[in-house]
Amino acid sequence: MEGDIGNMGQYIGAGLATIGLGGAGIGVGHVAGNYLAGALRNPAAAAEQQATLFIGIAFAEALGIFSFLVALLLLFAV
Amino acid sequence: MAGEAEAGGINAHPMDQFVVKPLFEDALGPLTVTNSTLWMAIGVAIAVGLFVLPMRGAQLVPTRMQSVAELLYGFIRKMTTDVLGEEGLKFFPYIFTLFVFILISNIAGLIPASFTVTSHIAVTGVMALMVFFTVTLIGFMRHGAHFVSLFWVDSAPAALRPILFLIELISYFVRPLSHSVRLAGNMMAGHAVLKVFAAFVPAMGVAGLIPIAAMTGIFALELLVAVVQAYIFTILTCVYLNDALHMH
Repeated sequence: MEGDIGNMGQYIGAGLATIGLGGAGIGVGHVAGNYLAGALRNPAAAAEQQATLFIGIAFAEALGIFSFLVALLLLFAV
Repeated sequence: MAGEAEAGGINAHPMDQFVVKPLFEDALGPLTVTNSTLWMAIGVAIAVGLFVLPMRGAQLVPTRMQSVAELLYGFIRKMTTDVLGEEGLKFFPYIFTLFVFILISNIAGLIPASFTVTSHIAVTGVMALMVFFTVTLIGFMRHGAHFVSLFWVDSAPAALRPILFLIELISYFVRPLSHSVRLAGNMMAGHAVLKVFAAFVPAMGVAGLIPIAAMTGIFALELLVAVVQAYIFTILTCVYLNDALHMH
């Protein structure tokens, strides 16, 4: 591709790829919100489930991170 | 690098801080000492200083440094036994080493003008691949060929099992990727945000106090992220090991 147009496509594509991170935000918010809702109802059981909370956040986040990776690949590897 | 950004105004690129560059003109024999290796060595030195030296003259009533070391040790030991059970303590040295190295690298990377070792996929990728191969090897050593049934979900309806097999297989092999990119991505993104805000300060003149205040808040958040990501990396290592040890 000619320099400028090709670069433009790269940047627009990278920007579009970051939309996927919004999904990660929704997912992490769901996990944390539901944990808090459960923890407020039964505070005694909350501490034990903290590890599960972080695992859930990590898995929800992973798929958003992939879109970040796509953005980076578009910027630097294409 | 952060200091340079403030002096150099808005011309400094936010991703400049992640450039790996050699510290000396000539390579030392086969080794090229870069800022990355320097900060890895500093991380190891801090770990030794934090854990080996205070525990040398360990007392029943701990000194201040000793209690810091014991606190971290007890925290990770409890996490390991919670996820893996008592037999998982065999892997505790490995898990604790990973945790300490990542935690110290993450926090040392927050020092202005320092270098974040864990912001590079090359570094986190090696650690994630080590975990991946360890888990796969242990799985096959423990269960033999039966380990493949990790991907074959018996409790699912028969028609769905081949599809689930494919999904489970892909999600197993994508683990090292998500494991490493999660840590590197979080570190890189956070530091780039700090740098972008730093570029606003000279551009805004007196109103530059506003981005400074925002940066203080973001910095506190980054400190939290540094600790949480080290924790997440280690707990996921435990979860993956648990798959290999106990199947499901």
